[in-house]
Amino acid sequence: MPTNFMPSTEEYFRILPELILTLAGVLIMFLEALRKEGQKSNAGGVTLATLVAALIAAVMAGGSPGPAFHDMVFVDGFGTFFRILVLVVGLLTVLSSQSYLERHDAQIGEYYGLLLFSLVGQSLLCVSNELMMVFIGIEISSIASYIMAGFLRDDKRNNESALKYFLLGSFATAFLLYGVAWIYGITGTTNIDGIRQALLNNLPAVPLPAVGAAAALMLVGFAFKVSAVPFQAWAPDVYQGAPAPVSAFMSAGPKAAAFAVFTRVFLTAFGPIANRWEPILWIVALATMIVGNFAALTQTNIKRMLAYSSIAHAGYVLVAIVAHSEAGTAAVMFYLASYAFMNVGAFAAIVDYSRRNEKFVNISDLAGLGQKQPFTASMMTIYMLSLIGVPLTAGFFGKFYIFKAALESDLIWLTVLGLLNSAVAAYYYLRILVVMWMHEPGEAAESAPEASFGVKAVLFGSALATLVLGILPSLVLDFANRSANIIK
Amino acid sequence: MHLWLIPILPLIGFLINGIFGKKLSKPVVNIVAIGSVLLSFAWVLKTFSGLYPLEEAHVEKYFTWISSGTFNIGFDLMIDKLNSILLLIITGVGLLIHIYATGYMAHEEGYYRFFAYLNLFMFFMLILVLGANFLLLFVGWEGVGLCSYLLIGFYFTEKFAGDAGKKAFIVNRVGDFGFALAMFLIFIQFGSLDFATAFHAAEQMPKETSCGILTGICLLLILGATGKSAQIPLYVWLPDAMAGPTPVSALIHAATMVTAGVYMVTRSHAMFNNAPIALEVLAVIGLLTAFFAATIGLAQTDIKKVFAYSTVSQLGYMFLGLGVGSYSGGVFHLMTHAFFKALLFLGAGSVIHGCHHEQEMSQMGGLMKKMPVTAITLFCAGFAIAGLPFTSGAASKDLILEAAYVHHPWMYWLGLLTAFMTAFYVFRALFWTFFGEYRGHAHPHESPISMTAPLMVLAVLSLGGGFINIPHWLESMTHEHHPHVDTLIAMLPFAAGFGGIALAYVMYVLAPGIPEQLASTFSGLYRLIYNKYFVDEAYDAAIVHPLEEGSRELLWKGVDAGIIDGVVNGAGKTSAGIGGVLRRLQSGSIRNYAAWVVAGSILVIVAIGVMGGSH
Amino acid sequence: MLPLPPGVPTAVPVTYYLILSAILFVIGGAGFLYRKNIITVFMSIELMLNAVNLSFVAFAYKFNKADGHIYSFFVMVVAAAEAAVGLAIILTVFKNRQTLEIDDIDSMKL
Repeated sequence: MPTNFMPSTEEYFRILPELILTLAGVLIMFLEALRKEGQKSNAGGVTLATLVAALIAAVMAGGSPGPAFHDMVFVDGFGTFFRILVLVVGLLTVLSSQSYLERHDAQIGEYYGLLLFSLVGQSLLCVSNELMMVFIGIEISSIASYIMAGFLRDDKRNNESALKYFLLGSFATAFLLYGVAWIYGITGTTNIDGIRQALLNNLPAVPLPAVGAAAALMLVGFAFKVSAVPFQAWAPDVYQGAPAPVSAFMSAGPKAAAFAVFTRVFLTAFGPIANRWEPILWIVALATMIVGNFAALTQTNIKRMLAYSSIAHAGYVLVAIVAHSEAGTAAVMFYLASYAFMNVGAFAAIVDYSRRNEKFVNISDLAGLGQKQPFTASMMTIYMLSLIGVPLTAGFFGKFYIFKAALESDLIWLTVLGLLNSAVAAYYYLRILVVMWMHEPGEAAESAPEASFGVKAVLFGSALATLVLGILPSLVLDFANRSANIIK
Repeated sequence: MHLWLIPILPLIGFLINGIFGKKLSKPVVNIVAIGSVLLSFAWVLKTFSGLYPLEEAHVEKYFTWISSGTFNIGFDLMIDKLNSILLLIITGVGLLIHIYATGYMAHEEGYYRFFAYLNLFMFFMLILVLGANFLLLFVGWEGVGLCSYLLIGFYFTEKFAGDAGKKAFIVNRVGDFGFALAMFLIFIQFGSLDFATAFHAAEQMPKETSCGILTGICLLLILGATGKSAQIPLYVWLPDAMAGPTPVSALIHAATMVTAGVYMVTRSHAMFNNAPIALEVLAVIGLLTAFFAATIGLAQTDIKKVFAYSTVSQLGYMFLGLGVGSYSGGVFHLMTHAFFKALLFLGAGSVIHGCHHEQEMSQMGGLMKKMPVTAITLFCAGFAIAGLPFTSGAASKDLILEAAYVHHPWMYWLGLLTAFMTAFYVFRALFWTFFGEYRGHAHPHESPISMTAPLMVLAVLSLGGGFINIPHWLESMTHEHHPHVDTLIAMLPFAAGFGGIALAYVMYVLAPGIPEQLASTFSGLYRLIYNKYFVDEAYDAAIVHPLEEGSRELLWKGVDAGIIDGVVNGAGKTSAGIGGVLRRLQSGSIRNYAAWVVAGSILVIVAIGVMGGSH
Repeated sequence: MLPLPPGVPTAVPVTYYLILSAILFVIGGAGFLYRKNIITVFMSIELMLNAVNLSFVAFAYKFNKADGHIYSFFVMVVAAAEAAVGLAIILTVFKNRQTLEIDDIDSMKL
């Protein structure tokens, strides 16, 4: 037994965000059980305070990078970036959920508890340096979000969404875990750096096909979580069926965390066998962009369209991973940050607009929103322009860096096809703009209630972030570039 | 010199009108909108006179916009001989059009919104022209496209206007794709997006290695230019864009935005000069566009459509000029075209305004007496576009045609034929509108002074603008030598102009029965050009429809029943499903989705485990 | 323990466990695809996880290290949590639709 078995204070400090989130989550669950009938829950406020505290802890932990708990966790710039990102997504989700939950008479406290637990998993994923931690992180994050997807227990679509997410999610995780078992069997370790060293040191002796198969099994698990083709089929159904704020959360938070760990595992641990996985990821990236964009073309439901759009955007991020360079990693980071804001904002716009039981979620229901609610429509316009990739929005620089990185890695065809895809994509985002601004108000817009304060705050904050990232990208990009050194 | 003030002033106008416009009275909106452009124009004049004669480019670096490793882009603005011309046109002509629009839009809903968009457009257009690197150029490029989309769709109650806006945006995306790709290649190749650095590097490249990559970059830039400047094959959006208010057509779709492609190519002439194939392509595209658009213009009956196709055609001339190496000719024509085409559109707007929103020329006629100022100024523009001697159009068009003659004589002859047709269809429209008897049912009246004053200013510029010696001004930048051609070759364009006008006079004033006879004799040909060669329909059938249908049919249903049904239902049960109907990728069934996961994982395992690394 | 005669292996080779694990994993996967009752489908996933556990333990035995064994406990705990949540979800589905046929849960598609 090692002499330093007891972890030092510093090591606890490095997982402080997770500790705070866990304690607060448990606390909320207890308080909720003790809450008397008819008493107002203050779980939302507690959650906000927790998230702010966790954010501060994440920033501070990022200030003293290093390993913790025998290298199971490694806090570095890359991990800190994503930790902050998922916590901010959590913050936005809390703000946009309150009015939705009240409208549906839902048990409010549990929801926030689950949200916190889900964030624990994601936050852990961002800094985990060990495949078992990756598995546990994914499961903590997923199990909580399975429940969130079906949070309105009496709603049929919620149920279906949760069931699909749960069954398929567990199924894909089993593949991932099997891959972990194999890589453990081959290299004798589950530490990400350790695997890399083992592969590099004994490259001639390692049974490469077996390592490849293990990598492939893990790829299935990650590709499922980031909804890459052909593992994307769950995403549209789940996003469509889940409560709107939960869809917003799932399309940004867990996705960012999954991409973080995907990037880390493949670029660090499986970097030595990159020539094996790069070609297939090339194809997956292209297929993901194509399926996402073309399926989105004909959607009528906003949430479903955004789901397909999120698949397409996952394709762009995969391009950056295929680029397999520091510039590519920085592009992944920047893109996911910008994507999170525009996507959460777009979902948030329909949180209150959709009314009880999400009655108005069709694109045609947005008709005349520009006249009736110019604020919401303007914010939505910013997100759509950013999703299209118009300059001066975050989406433009996100794509710019991705394709720049891809070209620098000589991925010429992937860049050409990716840019063509983003040209097609303009069509369906533009349709929303046309409906909002150029159609006469219909029933939905005429009777639309004023958005709640929380939702408005989310709309404004996301739009602001989208513009700031688009006009002054250096603010985030500098940090991304400095911390993109995960390829050792 | 605080170049930043030039674009910022309209931006401030946009912000004031955009945020508070609803509560402001019309005069205040006018003051903000016109005032911001006026100040901007004044600042351009002051800068220009301060820096005259601008032998060296004046660059102002404000801050580092993006810096990451080797990738550095500053927020830099510049002014030199080339963009000083454009700045004067944009702010000067823009000012006139703003003044005009206060009269034209006086009774429209969303008055403040219109001027807010117009000011925003000015901001992006000025960024486009002032930017000292490709990225800023691209920002402006996309921004003007966005504003164009907003303004085309301004009459949003009309479905057609919305569709036209969307079409403009989508078609331009194709062009922008080319531009974006070119930009990446430039960065990869030269390590910088700065004009100065990139062009210097391009010129320093050894000829043997540079040709391939430069040709690639230039062809992609041309793709971008064909989108924005409405050239074959991406011109289809511009005629539809006339659904927007007429001042917008004049400002964006005639004088400024559509010439961005010409500016971009001229700006990049250091690269084009070393890519002769690209230049050849550019010349052919320009010439063919000029010719085809002119033939379509022959048969249009909507007054704005005629001028729209003439814009496409004249832009074709500019590209022909650039392609045959006469950059100064292209830019010269850009300027004169800005004068006379803005005038044509504003005049057409005045007619439409006077006839209570009637655009069909069959419902006009005899308007010379009812609106004399509009008529006379429009005829001035007509003389210019027809290229009659001493007008501005003559000076620039002849320069292009002469350069074309030296390059390839057939280009000259086709260009000459186009010039003849241009004179014919423009004067056909003018005679049809202003001569004869009034055929409509409204009560036409002359437009207010706010509209006619800009017309008069532009008329003077259309006639006299040719005396501004652009070729001389640009000499030190483009280093071209001006070829001398036979007097006959130089004079023939005048003859073509007079001939076209004479023919139009005969057919539409002296013997008005001829056009109908001709149309019925050559009914097939007439229908073909009246329907613009059915290009829209062809695009619809060949691209738009398959794209929408394909995504429905192929992606969702096109999965072979054998694979997925087999996996899901097991052997023997395949046919027990929904009788031969193909299962869909997104069938909603959990087991189907799981089948995809399994199929995908087998594929991935085989690819990475077994096949991977074999190459 | 009695000494075995020479030539007889002292233990089942690790490879056998791995093959068994692979077979169990495939059976689990096939069960997910071919079974129609949601509970059975869910049990198939459990089977896959247990197959993975078998691999972990077998590898740990081969390396003579403890971590693989511990991993299998992790997996069991996670699987238990997953079962709790999963069965709850299945219960609400049944309450709302009165069916456990997996093919009936397909209202959202395309």
